[in-house]
Amino acid sequence: MHESTVINLSIFILFLPLLGFIVTLLLGKKIKSAYIFENLVIIVTFLSSVYLLFSKLSFFRTTKISSELEWFGFNNFINSTRLSINLGFMIDNITAIMLFVVALISMLVHLYSIEYMKGDERYNRYFAYLGIFTFSMNGIVLTNNILMMYIFWELVGLSSYLLIGFWFEKKSAADASKKAFIVNRIGDLGMFAGILILFFTYNTFSFDKIFASINSGVLPFDSDFWLTITGILLFCGAIGKSAQFPLHVWLPDAMEGPTPVSALIHAATMVAAGVYLVVRIFGLLTADAMLFIGIIGMLSAFIPATIALTQNDIKKVLAYSTVSQLGYMIMALGIGAYQFAFFHLVTHAFFKAALFLGSGSVIHAMHNEQDIRNMGGLKKKMPLTYWTFVISSLAISGIPLTSGFLSKDGIIASSVAFANLTGHYLFTVFSLIVALLTAFYMFRLIIITFHGEPRDHHKFEHAHESPFLMVMPLILLSGLSIFIWYTPNPFNSEQGWVLSKWIEKPVLYTPENSRYDFMKTNYNKEIGVEHSYLESDIYKEAMHSAHYPAMILSEVVAILGILLAFIFYQWKKVNTDLLANRIRFLYNFSLNKWYFDEFYHKTFVAFTIGISKLIAWFDSKVIDGIVNASAFLTKNFSFFIGNFDKYVIDGIVNFTAYFNGFAGLLVRRIQTGKVQSYLAFVIFSIVILLFIFK
Amino acid sequence: MTVGLTHFLVVSTLLFSMGLYAIITRKNAILVLMGVELILNSANINFVAFSRFGNFGYSGHLVALFVIVLAAAEAAIALAIVLNIYKNLSTVNVDEIDNLRD
Repeated sequence: MHESTVINLSIFILFLPLLGFIVTLLLGKKIKSAYIFENLVIIVTFLSSVYLLFSKLSFFRTTKISSELEWFGFNNFINSTRLSINLGFMIDNITAIMLFVVALISMLVHLYSIEYMKGDERYNRYFAYLGIFTFSMNGIVLTNNILMMYIFWELVGLSSYLLIGFWFEKKSAADASKKAFIVNRIGDLGMFAGILILFFTYNTFSFDKIFASINSGVLPFDSDFWLTITGILLFCGAIGKSAQFPLHVWLPDAMEGPTPVSALIHAATMVAAGVYLVVRIFGLLTADAMLFIGIIGMLSAFIPATIALTQNDIKKVLAYSTVSQLGYMIMALGIGAYQFAFFHLVTHAFFKAALFLGSGSVIHAMHNEQDIRNMGGLKKKMPLTYWTFVISSLAISGIPLTSGFLSKDGIIASSVAFANLTGHYLFTVFSLIVALLTAFYMFRLIIITFHGEPRDHHKFEHAHESPFLMVMPLILLSGLSIFIWYTPNPFNSEQGWVLSKWIEKPVLYTPENSRYDFMKTNYNKEIGVEHSYLESDIYKEAMHSAHYPAMILSEVVAILGILLAFIFYQWKKVNTDLLANRIRFLYNFSLNKWYFDEFYHKTFVAFTIGISKLIAWFDSKVIDGIVNASAFLTKNFSFFIGNFDKYVIDGIVNFTAYFNGFAGLLVRRIQTGKVQSYLAFVIFSIVILLFIFK
Repeated sequence: MTVGLTHFLVVSTLLFSMGLYAIITRKNAILVLMGVELILNSANINFVAFSRFGNFGYSGHLVALFVIVLAAAEAAIALAIVLNIYKNLSTVNVDEIDNLRD
């Protein structure tokens, strides 16, 4: 096994889905079965990524494999240097794991879609779009520089746009795709500014080179403050892509796309790209930037969780839950729980994909019914969907023996440790509240959808378990939500191979005085470029003391949440309508999504439209006025020139002609043809000449 | 009273003027030709007079004889032209012969 083999394999994995996209798109209209090619391609991609993960973990577990080549460059003739823009790959364990997650979920979604999308008029195009999405996502994961990441970042944005608006005949879908694109662009603007600052300062896009420069003390504009700003600007990209507060509004609307797409792009992989970005730039985040990221993550975890409580659309609940869980990951990064954040990304990808595909199965069975108030009792009709849904919900709620418990409990424990080390205890409080809310709304969803009596009998009668290709991914993904894949001890994830061996520990490159105290070197001599703060005694001790209280607290709130859901909806001990009336204000606030859309509509959208109208007015009055005035002037000037030509120039020419004609007329009088008169003239002239020259 | 050069010159001037007058005023081409003969003869008188009173020997006489010959030849050619004009245009009136105009 050689490093170049891994690189070649990753090139293969990157471009294979692109081939699938091109072939499926080009042949899709002619050949009905073009989608089979795309599915084969994605299966090969998946197998390659498994091979890559296996070889990376077994042969190069502690080495970082990277390779790059010059894309284009500029020669500087003044000091004879060359500014190179490089493309390159960087494969560490995180890359390999992420690649595996993307390829696996993408493959399962492909297979699932074969059944789910059956009969759609743009069947092949759908698969082609999935192909370009997988290509771009692999690009984000594999890159070693931020420019290439930005390029693929926009490409996933494009594929997300295409797939949200896949049924563009529906106005809501077309609007949602536009909304997603525009809201993402706002975040990407910040990211672009951050990239520009980095490039301006370091003349390179490569992560490693930037980190090395920061480590040697080179900072943007020579200040910690600008390093913080750069970190926050780059994080803006993650705010957009991972649908973090305040740009989270696009993700629930993105549910207009086909459900498998929601599972792949808007739950498991693309929205996790924001988290992946923060993981990649973690080394340059200062304490202030981390605090900002933590607060944004905390709000993004809390606000959508409260909204999810009252939503009635099965996909909307899951969408808000996704935002909330992404907020969890972002918050975890903000409080330095780097490994748990990425771990949660992986576990969340599996169980959230399972939940979305499960909801797709329900929607498919209920003939495109998405409102849970019209469901109920589906447990009997769709047992497989039900049980996989329950396992995934247990995982997202953080119940022991599931993968969700491992990652979520780790984040809560880290937040307790963080509170002990720095005094920021609000993160702990909010993460516990969100854990409670998550458990509650997930089981509310299960109970209303699957338990009780059917509410729409007609649709219930026609409901049936989904075909094999749709159920198989559910079973696989919910199977991956069991602890055994990650650790032998279901109560301590840090003993597991994923955390202790696979996911690399973070290394900080920021200046000492801009870090949190517990991340500073003087707390532990070993912290440095080679060693992570996670290995410092002080942090280990804090984690150790936080472990049991955090586990107990998180279990208490999770079980309390589930219990409340059963009390409210299963046993109906509390009249929910009455309760809703009691707290009508809060209920409406949640039901209407905190009025974010209305607020944005009244402020930013109205402001933008106002500005646009002003500019349109300016255009139509002033700019057009200037143009018209200049046209008017030109026209009149031309008329003037025309008339000058016509009368003056032509006049001179005509006058010359007339004058000559007139002179000719005068002279021809004497040209009589009579010889005698000629003679008389001659004699007369001679007489005159004689008098003159006598 | 002796006849001097002045008298000859006066006669020749009168003769010249009459010839010129005939050329300008006569309508008939024959009469115009006769005017030409008068002018030629006035020139002859001058030649002879200057020859007689000047110091030129016989050269004046010789030129006068040459002019008489010339006049005969000229009359022959001119009359032939007039005859041809008459043949072509049926007139010898010089006012009507204005084909050179325009």
